[in-house]
Amino acid sequence: MATHVHTHSPASPSERLLEPVWAQVMDITNEAEGISTYWLKFTDPAVEAAYTFEPGQFNMVYLPGYGEAAISISSNPADPTLVGHTIRFVGNVTRAISRLKVGDVVGIRGPFGSYWPMKEMEGHDVIIACGGIGLPPLRPAIYHIMNNRDKFGKVYLLYGARTPKDLLYPTEFEEWERAGIQVQVTVDRADEDWQGQVGVVPMLFYRFRMDAPNSVVLTCGPEIMIRFVVYEGLARRVPAEQIYVSLERNMKCGQGSCGHCQLGPYFICKDGPVFRFDTLQPYFNVEEF
Amino acid sequence: MPSDRSPEIGSTVSIQKQIFNTLLEKLKAQGYEVVGPHVENETLVYAPIQKLEDLPRGYVTEQEAGSFRLVYTGHTRYFDVIPGAQSWKQFLFPSHANLFTLKKTDGAWEMETPRPTAPAYAFIGVRGCELAAIQIQDNAFLRSDFTDPIYRVTREKAFILAVNCMHPAGTCFCASMGTGPRVQGDADLTLTELEDVFLLNVGSELGRNILAGLPFESASAFVLNAANRGLERATLQMGRNMDTSDLPDLILNNLDHPHWRAIGERCLSCANCTQVCPTCFCWDATDTLSLDGNQTRRERVWDSCFNPGYSYQAGGNTRPTIHSRYRQWMSHKLGTWKVQYGTFGCTGCGRCITWCPAAIDITVEVADLRKEIR
Repeated sequence: MATHVHTHSPASPSERLLEPVWAQVMDITNEAEGISTYWLKFTDPAVEAAYTFEPGQFNMVYLPGYGEAAISISSNPADPTLVGHTIRFVGNVTRAISRLKVGDVVGIRGPFGSYWPMKEMEGHDVIIACGGIGLPPLRPAIYHIMNNRDKFGKVYLLYGARTPKDLLYPTEFEEWERAGIQVQVTVDRADEDWQGQVGVVPMLFYRFRMDAPNSVVLTCGPEIMIRFVVYEGLARRVPAEQIYVSLERNMKCGQGSCGHCQLGPYFICKDGPVFRFDTLQPYFNVEEF
Repeated sequence: MPSDRSPEIGSTVSIQKQIFNTLLEKLKAQGYEVVGPHVENETLVYAPIQKLEDLPRGYVTEQEAGSFRLVYTGHTRYFDVIPGAQSWKQFLFPSHANLFTLKKTDGAWEMETPRPTAPAYAFIGVRGCELAAIQIQDNAFLRSDFTDPIYRVTREKAFILAVNCMHPAGTCFCASMGTGPRVQGDADLTLTELEDVFLLNVGSELGRNILAGLPFESASAFVLNAANRGLERATLQMGRNMDTSDLPDLILNNLDHPHWRAIGERCLSCANCTQVCPTCFCWDATDTLSLDGNQTRRERVWDSCFNPGYSYQAGGNTRPTIHSRYRQWMSHKLGTWKVQYGTFGCTGCGRCITWCPAAIDITVEVADLRKEIR
């Protein structure tokens, strides 16, 4: 695949939202078994100059002939010229992405969706609780906090993966600690070298004392983990208005148009993926809704 | 009768039925592709029509849950047949539409976005429920933050001649949903068919221009009364009704009710209801790659919340069971739609009832749910 593309389009800007722009794979970081980060640079300098994103937003990544997948942005929002996508190879599109090489070109639409409330969180303690592939959409929030560390109170990262080998970004944990983020890591199943904690992410709430009324909880991961993280937060009297959840659904358009990602009245691609928990409460515990 | 005059917007005129042919000619002369109800292959479709005689004069449809019959009774009315499976959605939101084509030349993908083009359609015989459905889809496709290019080009150019319904079918419940039998929304012209004349209410400058120069008369109090009486009678003759007084709360407060599972036992998840529904807007995007891998066409196609793949993603299927899909459909139509767009997603057209192979009736299910909760 090559790097230059000619586009002719007659439609107005809001009508071009279904057409991708192109970005070149500049680097690929192997993060864990079946998970890599793709570092993308827009081929059109005008697109690159105009592109910004907020922590928690996502792009639709397109491979011609295969289709699109909604992928959260996992890189530093302060440098949107290199957009990082940490991708688990699980479906048709992502498995095709796994065969990409540096220099290849992908289509991008975005950024889409709501984002973590970085502004509202200022002055508060922050608890980031995530599992598995739930960390990538929170990494931009971590970078943002590091870029503006004095604006936030105590910051905890509670992170879990299935096994030590499945942990994402382990080489960055030390740097995050140095920046004043308390990193608590757990795995479901230890291996012989693992010296850390074993258990599920919600259990990490028992390992520190929080100033609940002044805390904001951000969470992303498997739905069952989110459920119990929310429960642990509420049980400690963190107000539902201070718990934020990032959700995942099948998405096709990113515009709240195609209907796939609905959860009750919400289009997760447009009204989410980040929701304040109190707005989800009526629908969150309804099975298969 | 002077031939250069045109009626005022908001006024109602009457024309002899044969004059309608002149009206169709004028629409065609102005470049419209005129489509309307037409009997083809022994069923009722929306297809190009040339003249009054192409309309299904003398036909009625007998519609019940899971049953549709087109019957020739020999009556003399042209607009008295309640629509079949097709709706105007197929023109405004076609089941297949190209988003773009990519061609690989010298290793680079070149994008060709089709300039969204569509004929200027003149829709002849849009029922109150159908006009309401178009307005509901307008809310979904013509938003301030996202406009669907394919929908917009067709919608903007469309001329709408609406029709007041005099003889509703067995599965109709537009009176309950407030969308009919009298046309409620803005149409260019709204027609009421009496035994010997058509009454035309002028709704727009476009409608006024089409009537300009035609031999029309001001509608007399007598014919207006006859039309009103006919519409009052039609309201009383609805085949179905739905109590909407406690919607959407009835549904949104009872998402865990066992009745959903009971419906799931009968529902086949075939998606018929969503295909015939004039408001269902869900779509999928698919790539069709050429065999040599050098060209791909990205196409927008209808999807349905009843399709197993609709909610499938890496973590599994959000709605693996049929009852959860039916609940999604009905709770959207009569519940969350109202939160999203301010109206119900149901106009009472009855198509989902008629075309359900399991004869599931949304009006009955709502009533049963209400009964079980009490």
